[in-house]
Amino acid sequence: MKKKESTLINMVFVLFAITLAAGLSLGYVNDITLEPKAKARLAKKMKALNVVLPQFDNDPISDGYLLKMAEVKDSVEIYPAYKDSVFAGAAITGVSERGYSGLVKLMVGFQPDGQIINIAVLEQKETPGLGTKMKGEKFLRQFREKHPASFDLKVQKDGGEVDALAGATISTRAFSEATQQAYDAYIIYKEKNLISDN
Amino acid sequence: MGSSGEMKQNFLKGIIKENPVFVMLLGMCPTLGVTSSAFNGLGMGLATLFVLLMSNIVVSLFKSQIPNKVRIPAFIVIIASFVTIVEMVLEAYIPFLYEQLGIFIPLIVVNCLILGRAESFASKNSLTASIVDALGMGMGFVIALTALGAVREILGNGSIFEFRFVSEDANTLILFILPPGAFIALAYLAIVFNRVTQKAT
Repeated sequence: MKKKESTLINMVFVLFAITLAAGLSLGYVNDITLEPKAKARLAKKMKALNVVLPQFDNDPISDGYLLKMAEVKDSVEIYPAYKDSVFAGAAITGVSERGYSGLVKLMVGFQPDGQIINIAVLEQKETPGLGTKMKGEKFLRQFREKHPASFDLKVQKDGGEVDALAGATISTRAFSEATQQAYDAYIIYKEKNLISDN
Repeated sequence: MGSSGEMKQNFLKGIIKENPVFVMLLGMCPTLGVTSSAFNGLGMGLATLFVLLMSNIVVSLFKSQIPNKVRIPAFIVIIASFVTIVEMVLEAYIPFLYEQLGIFIPLIVVNCLILGRAESFASKNSLTASIVDALGMGMGFVIALTALGAVREILGNGSIFEFRFVSEDANTLILFILPPGAFIALAYLAIVFNRVTQKAT
């Protein structure tokens, strides 16, 4: 076939046709992936909840709600867990923007008395092999069954009790900050909750 | 482009003689950016292979319909559409890989390898030849990225495809996980690659 001439009408028509086809196909793919995308995000959240919460028989995601805190830009997400209608603990998100390359987002599980059950890393962009070790068992172990009231959630270098990741003090600091924020949110949540319970 | 000999030549050139990474040094941004592990390299390579294949097919099919003066914007729109499709599909079905590759998925659009093949090959050759070219070039890219990722992961993290062969606290050459290590590893791999292929031919 002969190549189309570069006349104005040809160029406008071809570009219009191409962008139209591109737009339509993108819209179509967006429609069919919308549901799986939401499902994938939910599955990820559920997986984190299962890691940080004690046994529960409610649906923490539908019982969850957002808490507005003064010093936090986005709302804090709170997912309470109930077992036989008794409050068993809560999972709370903590965010720090002071990671080595930006945002670090955690999910921290608390016992009713405020003791940390476990921590899951939801989002991080730290250096692979260094800061990413915050997802490792060896690092997370030091937080389990610790009560933030008695366990100072600061890196040892800053006078706290958290053993920093080798070569990744900044990542560890962000992790500590996010954990502390989750704990602060938990205290507020508990006060509010007790008032509404009684 | 008809005989199977030519076809084979066309396929192999992308892997050996004109390997996009080790010989032509194209698409350096994802090559250096995401290859901190063998798995990331493989995932990025396959995503690029898919986009390259689809864009070569479409460009080759419509080559006579696209006026010469607007061919570059036309190619870019076609490539960007396929990249966005890859991004949405990855997020929906392989969220793990989607998170790992992050910003580098949308950046496939500006990978000069893809536009380069559309411009210099698919817009001048038949559909079959363009498919073979895309597969060859894409495989060359996959192999290069996986090899680079594997070298960096082995040296920097003491593991390969997440399988560790040293203990978690062992001192590895962290430099290779960090950006400078990418340049160093790429340079030595390119030397070895060119040495071996020159001897073979």
